Amino acid sequence: MSNYILRRVLLSVPTLLAISAIIFAILALAPGDPLSQLALNPGIPESTRQLIRTQFGLDDPWPVRYWKWLTSLLRGDWGFSFSSRSPVIDIVMQRVPQTLQVVGFAYLLAVVLAIPIGILAAVRQYSWFDQLATVFSFVGFSVPSFFTGLLLMLVFAVRLKWFPIVYDSLLGFGSGAEVMAQLRQMAMPVTVLVVQQTAALTRFTRSAMLDNLGQNYVRTARAKGLPYQRVVLRHVFSNSLTPIVTLVAISIPTIFGGAIITENLFRVNGLGALLITSINNSDTPVVMALSFVFAVLMVFSNLVADVMYGVLDPRVRYD
Amino acid sequence: MTGAGGSRSANGLLPARTLWGDTWRRFRRHRLALSGALILLLLVVSVVAGTFLYPLYLVRQLADAGIPITETNPTLTSLVDHLDYLGILSPPSRVHPLGADDLGRDLLARAIYGGRVSLTVGLVAMLIATSLGAFIGALAGYFGGLLDNILMRITDLFLSLPGVPLILLVVYLFRDYVIQAVGSPEIGIFLILVSLIGGLSWMETARIVRAAFLSLREKEFVEAALALGADDSAVMFRHIFPNALGPIIVAATLGVGNAIITESVLSFLGVGFPPDTPTWGRLVTDGSQYLQVASWLALVPGTLIFLTVLSINFLGDGLRDALEAQQAA
Repeated sequence: MSNYILRRVLLSVPTLLAISAIIFAILALAPGDPLSQLALNPGIPESTRQLIRTQFGLDDPWPVRYWKWLTSLLRGDWGFSFSSRSPVIDIVMQRVPQTLQVVGFAYLLAVVLAIPIGILAAVRQYSWFDQLATVFSFVGFSVPSFFTGLLLMLVFAVRLKWFPIVYDSLLGFGSGAEVMAQLRQMAMPVTVLVVQQTAALTRFTRSAMLDNLGQNYVRTARAKGLPYQRVVLRHVFSNSLTPIVTLVAISIPTIFGGAIITENLFRVNGLGALLITSINNSDTPVVMALSFVFAVLMVFSNLVADVMYGVLDPRVRYD
Repeated sequence: MTGAGGSRSANGLLPARTLWGDTWRRFRRHRLALSGALILLLLVVSVVAGTFLYPLYLVRQLADAGIPITETNPTLTSLVDHLDYLGILSPPSRVHPLGADDLGRDLLARAIYGGRVSLTVGLVAMLIATSLGAFIGALAGYFGGLLDNILMRITDLFLSLPGVPLILLVVYLFRDYVIQAVGSPEIGIFLILVSLIGGLSWMETARIVRAAFLSLREKEFVEAALALGADDSAVMFRHIFPNALGPIIVAATLGVGNAIITESVLSFLGVGFPPDTPTWGRLVTDGSQYLQVASWLALVPGTLIFLTVLSINFLGDGLRDALEAQQAA
C-alpha cells in the first residue's frame, strides 16, 4: 500500500513541475516591464534601474530565471506585495482560514446531502423523487453561482433580514453567541456552494449506483436471500464508492473556484477575494502566488483521489 | 410503435426511416429536452430579431414620450448607451419594457446586446474546444503508440490546470497588450476569452473522440477503406469521424453552456469585457448594487443566463439519450 502511495506521490511531481513551468511561461511572456513603475519615478536614474535589473537577474536566460523562481517558491520566499509591502506568503496564509472554513463546511454538507439523495434516486429510478432530484440537479449546475448568491441575498438578507450582508472575518468561535453569529454569516455563502456541488455529486452518485444495480452480483445476493436494503447499502454502494470518491476529490478545486465568486459576493475575506482585489490593484506577486496555490490544490486533490482509489479498490494497486 | 400503420406512401411501402430520423424520433420523446430546444430557439431568435427590430420600437416610444433621440441613425449598439434621465431606475413600462438602469439606459436593449455577446462567446469557444479536442483525440486514438501517450499526458496536464484562476491570470497579464494589438477593447477581450475558455475545455472531447477512434479503427469498414487505398486522413475524417459524431455533439452542446457560465462569471468579477460592454454577467453585477430599490436590474439578466444554460443542458441530455441509443443499437 505505502508503495502505491509513494508511486502516486512521485508521479504528481512532474505534473507540478509542468504546471509551474506553464505559469512561469505565462509570466515571462507577459508584456510589460516589472520595473516600469520605477521608470516613472524621476528620482531613480536609468543607471540605477539597470543595476536593479542585473541585481534581480531580470536579464538572465530563462532557464536560470525559472530555476531561481522555482527554488525561492519552494523556500516560501514569494516576494513582496506591491500594494501592502508585506511578504506575499504572510498575506496568503492570513486568508487561508476564512476560505477553508466556508469551503470545508460547504463541501462536507454537499457530500452528506448528495450521497443519500443519489442512492435513493437510483433505487427508485423514474419515481417522483428521482424526477425531482433530476430537475434540482439540472437547475443546480445551470444557475451561475453569483446569481444564486444574489437571490439568497435579496430574499434572506434584504427582505427577511435573517442573515448579515457583509461577512465579519474578525469573529471568533469563543462564546456561544459568536458561534451563532458565525453560522448566520456562513449560511448564505455555504448554501451557494452546496447547491452547486450537490447538483453534480447527486447526478454522479445516481449514475454510479445505476451502473451497479443491474449487475449479476446484485441478483445473486438477492437470490441467496439478503434483504434488498442490505444489498443496496453493502454491495452496490461499496462498489459505486470508488467513482464517487474520485469525483469528490477531483471537484475540490471546483469548489475553491466557486469560492472566488461567493467570497467576492458576500465579502468573505478569503483567498478568492484576495485574488480579485490583487488583480484590480495590479498586485502581480500576489496574483502569481495565488495562481500557483490554486494549481497545487488541483494537483493535490488529484493525488488524494488516486490514493483513495487505491485504498477502496485493491485491484487498482496492482497496475 | 410511433407512426406504425399510418402514412403509407403511394407505392404502398412505409416511408424510409433514416438514422437521423430515428434520432429525432427518440429525441422528441424527451419532453424536457424538447422544451429546452424550443426555449433556446426562442432566445436566439429574439436576440437576432431584437438587434434589428427593437431599436425601431425604442426610438418610437421615446419620441412618443416626448424625449426623442437626437441621433440620426440609432442602432442597438448606440441605443445601449442612450441615457434617458426621466427613466432612471424606472420599473418595466411601455417605453422601457424591462425598466431602465441607474443611468436611464434601457435594460431590454442592453439584455439583447448582452445576449449577443454571451451566445457568440459560447458558440465560438465551443467550436474551438470541439475542433481542438476532436483533432487531438482523433490523432491519439487512430495512431496510438507513442503519439497517443504524449497527447494523453498533455490532456491530463490540462485537466489539472486550475480553470478560472488561470483565465483570470492570463486576462490580467495580457489584456492591455492584446487590446492594443487588435485596436478594439471589445474584440480584444473577445479573442482572449474565447481562446482561453476554448483552450481550457477541449480535454473531455479529446478523451471521448480517442475512445471512439480506438474501437472504430478495428472495425471491418476501416479495413475495407484502407484496402481500397484510402489514406490515413481520409479514413480518419471521412470514415471514422462520422461514426463518432454522436458523443461529440453531446459534449459540444454542454460545452456551450459551460462557456456561457464561465464568461458571465468573469464579467461578474469585473475581469471580462470592458465595463461599458453590457454582457449578461456585467448587467447582473451592475444591477446587484440596486438590489433593494430595483431588483429586476439584476434578476432579469441573471434569469436569462440561467434559462439559456438550463435549456442547453436539457438539450444536451436529450441528445445524449437520442444519440447514444443509436450507438448501442
